[in-house]
Amino acid sequence: MITLTVNGVRHTLDVDPSTPLLYTLRNQLQLNGPKFGCGLGQCGACTVIVGDQPVFSCLFPVVAVGERPVRTIEGLGTVENPGVLQRAFINQQAAQCGYCISGMVMRAQALLEQVPTPSDEQIRAHMSPNLCRCGTHMRIVAAIREASHANATARPGATQ
Amino acid sequence: MKRDDTLDDAGRRRFLVAGTLLVSFTLVPEKYTVAQTTTEAGSFKASVPTLPGSLKIAPMLDAWIRIDEHGHVTVCTGKAELGTGIRTAFLQIAAEQLDITPASITLITADTGATPNEGYTAGSHSTADSGTAIFNAAGQVRALLVQAAAARLGADAATLTIQAGAIVTADGRRVTYGEAVSAANLHQAAQPGMPLKDPKSFTIIGQSMQRVDIPGKVTGGKSYVQDMRPLGMVHARVVRPPSYGAVLVDIDTHRVEAMPGVIKVVRDGSYLAVVADDEWRAILAMRELSAAAKWHEGPQLPDPATIHETLMKLPAQEIPVANQVAPAAPAVRTLHVRYTKPYLTHGSIGPSCAVALFENRHLTVWTHTQGVYPLRGGLAEMLSLPLDNVRCIHVEGAGCYGHNGADDVAADAALIARAMPGRPVRVQWMREQEHTWEPFGPAMTTDVAASFDASGKIVDWKYQLWSNTHNNRIDNAGRLMPTWALAKPFTPAPPKTIPMPEGGGDRNSIPLYRVPNLWVQHHFLPEMPIRVSAMRSLGAYLNVFSIESMMDELALAAHADPVEFRLRHLDDPRGRDVIELAASRFGWQAGARPKAGHGVGFAFAQYKNLMAYFATAMEVSVERETGHVQIERVVAVVDCGQIVNPDGVRNQIEGGIVQSSSWTLFEQTTFDTQRITSYDWGTYPIMRFTSMPRSIEVHLIDRPGKPFLGVGEAAQGPTAAVLANAIANATGIRLRDLPLAGARLKAALSA
Repeated sequence: MITLTVNGVRHTLDVDPSTPLLYTLRNQLQLNGPKFGCGLGQCGACTVIVGDQPVFSCLFPVVAVGERPVRTIEGLGTVENPGVLQRAFINQQAAQCGYCISGMVMRAQALLEQVPTPSDEQIRAHMSPNLCRCGTHMRIVAAIREASHANATARPGATQ
Repeated sequence: MKRDDTLDDAGRRRFLVAGTLLVSFTLVPEKYTVAQTTTEAGSFKASVPTLPGSLKIAPMLDAWIRIDEHGHVTVCTGKAELGTGIRTAFLQIAAEQLDITPASITLITADTGATPNEGYTAGSHSTADSGTAIFNAAGQVRALLVQAAAARLGADAATLTIQAGAIVTADGRRVTYGEAVSAANLHQAAQPGMPLKDPKSFTIIGQSMQRVDIPGKVTGGKSYVQDMRPLGMVHARVVRPPSYGAVLVDIDTHRVEAMPGVIKVVRDGSYLAVVADDEWRAILAMRELSAAAKWHEGPQLPDPATIHETLMKLPAQEIPVANQVAPAAPAVRTLHVRYTKPYLTHGSIGPSCAVALFENRHLTVWTHTQGVYPLRGGLAEMLSLPLDNVRCIHVEGAGCYGHNGADDVAADAALIARAMPGRPVRVQWMREQEHTWEPFGPAMTTDVAASFDASGKIVDWKYQLWSNTHNNRIDNAGRLMPTWALAKPFTPAPPKTIPMPEGGGDRNSIPLYRVPNLWVQHHFLPEMPIRVSAMRSLGAYLNVFSIESMMDELALAAHADPVEFRLRHLDDPRGRDVIELAASRFGWQAGARPKAGHGVGFAFAQYKNLMAYFATAMEVSVERETGHVQIERVVAVVDCGQIVNPDGVRNQIEGGIVQSSSWTLFEQTTFDTQRITSYDWGTYPIMRFTSMPRSIEVHLIDRPGKPFLGVGEAAQGPTAAVLANAIANATGIRLRDLPLAGARLKAALSA
């Protein structure tokens, strides 16, 4: 048995400890956000936050999570009440097919929590592990910039 | 495709240049020439050829628009949402014509059990075909409802207005759509030439509307076929052969069958799959099964170092595309060069996936295919089922950019589901399966010889191209790759071209410029050593790259400014408009020298010479030590006719620019003489955030009242050319072989 805290809820799960976190999130917990993209840590579609770090959940054994909280895009908000970054992605229409977007949002979230108002260069460098094939890069960076401004305006110096 | 509603006079003239179409006119009895159309979306018999868009092939109004007794409107389209935003655009179109809100409409997309057969969602056809059909059907339905209401109210139809789904008289009496529809017969064919709303009165078409799918996609909604979890679902994975044509000689499945969660190993000839109660367990079992399989490798692949020469020597079917002779001044200079593109990988971020249920000899497949109807035909043949026993329902997947593994994985799901009756089976490919088994974008070569006279006018243009098919879609079960491994394998239907004016490999092979002596020849190569099919913009990518590179080479040789040189040879007013606006917004200055290491370029095309007009200017900087190209600034102008959703158009164009930049700078499918070797993102690198353009501006020219032209592929070719032209301007080096950046550019710079 593995215990796992995901989006603030504690679960006790009967899974093989070596199972990558991605499969536990998608199948045992039925979350849609984290996506299988490559299983190799090369594309970032599976990105979630463990503790305060963005991780490739397709490679991250569920047993390695330990006591650290896991956050997925579902934890940031809902369609009715989207979080700051989710709202920025909607405002900027920063998706085409959208398959990569959950991973993009979670990697960006981790950045904004540590660097609330990053430069464009910082955003590009931080986001480089994640791939988008539709070419939505300009809008994704614009959405992260918008959210960083919202953070800065709402609570200067604070993180969400 | 020849569509009266989308061809202006210039388009009609170009259309007559296209030799293949002239041939088809002479071979086919006249009465059929208008009734049969072949486009990238498929071959269709038009039952009412005079109707606009897809109403030609499905003329009944209630095939598109249904209204229930409560006034709820359902719109059906045979096209699928591939991540381009057509769902939102179609809602806007229907809402505009019916005077209701987009949010009040239910839209049903491609489903063989519910929607018209519109073939494939491909070739930038969706808005032109389906959008036009919905536009006209909704307009006619609205007129029928008003007529019915007028009769009921005893009022003159011309005096009635529509407010929020109700038809209202001047004195305030009202009949709702739900009431009116009971007296209106929507089960009737659309009529040609019916009056429509004046575009000046549009309040929804032409306004940027946020896409209806994005909120779900950014909050973890159930948005994709990958997210389906029907009750009782099991997970399957396939084991593919190590190379094309490899044969399974031996396997011991006992160890795999004893693994935790494994329900079944499916074997049929060399076809191998495993079913488990859990996805990760299925993957572990797949690995074990793969390790246990002993294969006899398939036939050798050609030497990658000489692939273009090898392809050009294959037996060719000769297709004359254009042959025009006219008097011209003597040539003073001739340039003769070749351009090449490598095989390219579609590279969906989400590996292909399908869910299938086989029950009582009926198969249902949830699929991200581009064509539910053709896929249904292939699956029915594969499983020897009547067509009526197979239903294909489109559910979104990751963006496909053409014919990727979507259909193949649907075949996998169907084959495995047949072995697991009554249980929904979900199959997703692994990354290396997607990267090595998808049908690639074909490698191509073009050869251009062009001359200009003493006044710097082009007098002669000879153009040849060599290409495999760009159209290997599901004409039969044998086009579904998994069937090749079965004990009783299926044979793919022979490759066919897509006739001009749309074209396949020869798409956009006729320059739009004024050229008195013109010869264009397509050497179509049916035999394909590497599996290929449709990839976003087909041959237009290399043809526009070649033509627009050549235009710059000619301009340089003629000491002319590249923008002025293009305008000098272009009559089409809409083409001139996008070029002039792009030059002006970019601040293009003839003869200006950018700062050291920087260069500027320009390119233009009208997609298929029939659809969206696109012009672009770009500034790049080049790092001489590494061959790294940084896109500093892109300005693009697009005219796609009447714009439905301006921000949707911008999103598609921005994405097209970035994706084509990635293809053009970095991408090449690799192989050795045995197998595909670009099996992941490490061996097939694409653009990352660190190399994205610093700025992209997209400007739109709206043409209210003009036909929808589609926009999804317009940027692909011109972006390739503008990059080569800007790099040439920055470095003095003309690169004619794709991809441009990295090792190739570094080698050229140090040569």
